[in-house]
Amino acid sequence: MTELFTYYLFPGLILGSIYALGAIGVSLLFGILRFAHFAHGDLMTFGAYVAFSMVTLFNISPYMAIPASIVGGIGISILIDKVCYRPFRQSKTIVLVISSLGVSLMLRSIIQIFWGVDYEVYFSGIQPSIDVAEDFRIKIHHIWIMLGSFSLIFLTHLFLKNTKLGKAMRAMSDDSELALITGIHTERVITATWIIGGSLAAVAGIFLGIDTQLSPSMGWDQLLPLFAAAILGGIGRPYGAIAGAMIIGVAEELSSYPGFLGENAPLLSPAYKTGVAFFIMVVMLIFKPTGLFRGRQF
Amino acid sequence: MDILYGWMMYGLSLLTVGGIYGIIVLGLNLQWGITGLFNIGIAGFFAVGAYSTAILTSPATENHVGGFELPVAIGLLGSMFFSGIMAFIIGKICLRLRGDYLAIATIGLAEILRLILKNEVWLTSGPRGIPGIPRPFEELGQPWAEIAFLLIVLTILFIIYLALQRAIHSPWGRVMRAIRENEKAAASTGKDVDGLRLEAFVIGSIFMGLGGALLSHSMKFVGPSASDPLVTTFLAWVMLTIGGSGNNKGAVIGAFIIWTVWSASELLSGVLSFKWMNQLSYFRVFLIGFILQIILQKKPEGIIPEKVYQHK
Repeated sequence: MTELFTYYLFPGLILGSIYALGAIGVSLLFGILRFAHFAHGDLMTFGAYVAFSMVTLFNISPYMAIPASIVGGIGISILIDKVCYRPFRQSKTIVLVISSLGVSLMLRSIIQIFWGVDYEVYFSGIQPSIDVAEDFRIKIHHIWIMLGSFSLIFLTHLFLKNTKLGKAMRAMSDDSELALITGIHTERVITATWIIGGSLAAVAGIFLGIDTQLSPSMGWDQLLPLFAAAILGGIGRPYGAIAGAMIIGVAEELSSYPGFLGENAPLLSPAYKTGVAFFIMVVMLIFKPTGLFRGRQF
Repeated sequence: MDILYGWMMYGLSLLTVGGIYGIIVLGLNLQWGITGLFNIGIAGFFAVGAYSTAILTSPATENHVGGFELPVAIGLLGSMFFSGIMAFIIGKICLRLRGDYLAIATIGLAEILRLILKNEVWLTSGPRGIPGIPRPFEELGQPWAEIAFLLIVLTILFIIYLALQRAIHSPWGRVMRAIRENEKAAASTGKDVDGLRLEAFVIGSIFMGLGGALLSHSMKFVGPSASDPLVTTFLAWVMLTIGGSGNNKGAVIGAFIIWTVWSASELLSGVLSFKWMNQLSYFRVFLIGFILQIILQKKPEGIIPEKVYQHK
């Protein structure tokens, strides 16, 4: 039982909290700009590599590099929006999807040019861990990742709940026509969405890099779980995205737990973890496209 | 003389691969340009075709299933069959999704297929790939073998082009465009919208599989990079967008133009020093993305826009 918790359930929650940081952005952007942002994973990669530069240049811990990475993430998000998405505000949303696919590859090629294609790590050596109970060890990094994610999610929650801009964002992602009648400043809301989405994605990238390693395709590989989480929670529902992300993260890790069948064979080879996210997503899209928390459907 | 000969061989390979992409982009044009199905899982169908023919025609080996040493023609038909079957199953499940959701579903399937090709070593020999895929008329020797293969590709491209041209201007094509423009209106005239969408999806995917198979024979090798979403899915989309979505001629011309740009930038990297060679191969991805942005923003209808026929 402790094995289940130590190696599957807890890492699943860690993975889920990393997904949550990305999925909130995907969900809000889908709700407000009405398109599936295919470059979101690569925003994560970008954030991770900005932090990597800080780590190697100033010899600091990646946690100390979070502010710089957030600034970088916000900057690149707003730049991309201005150059590549803003001209298509009045076009069919599918044009935005094509454009974001292009942006995703451009972003990845920039990362490959500047940082190379090799796998990189923030720290080398064995990651320290502490004993919580007998047979139950937790990596110290996992504690930090969880605390970091939860506090960022909480900050986002405070912003969405209490500020005027946050309320406008939720209104727009809930029903943009209705929101426009009330005189909401569209472009300001969109910029705010990119600021939140871009900074959360950057931090998600750093945490993913701490938990595993850095590579130019690290973010792209998370795209399916991100979309799955956003769809599972309901498009345009940031809180739904958090719940969806946790479910996807735990489901992915549990899929390779060998204890279920009683014969020490995992349900699914760990190589196919992403398939779990995809399976949940397709089932959801077909049977309940509005998600668990009654999101929007376009 | 040697330089001239080198350029000729380069031109042959340029036209061959350009023609293969032409076939793939014609398939995409049927799906997206005509019927409005947003498929960004092209790499998946491409890879199924590429691996099917590789397993069917390559020499027997211990490394993976098959090596059945069948004739190339059987390999091509087999790859069309398997990519068609896969498109049918995927279409049955996913085609009830629309727009962005279909896009997410197709790219998801393509990504999972990529995992399968990498991990199921018994089937695909994993990261090592499958070498020794025969190319027809190889016994003719250089350069005649290359010329013969180019002619095969261009003939197939031409036949598919003519067939699609006829199909698009037939009542069938008009219904497809009606579905693209307004599904409900098309259904209200009694058309089987779901069935027709599935038809377009399967036929288009068969061409993508055929394209993958032809590229396998051209390269004589297939590896997991065949399912790289970048070099197939993305390039095909850029080709169609630039050529003019909804227009077969535009699709083929777009394929040749973008393939020339793509491989010419590779040629350039040969001139540069080794240090910059790697960087340049990533820079050309950026370049293609940049071209796509300019076309989308300045000329969204492409070089050859779709002709809209109107009753006078």
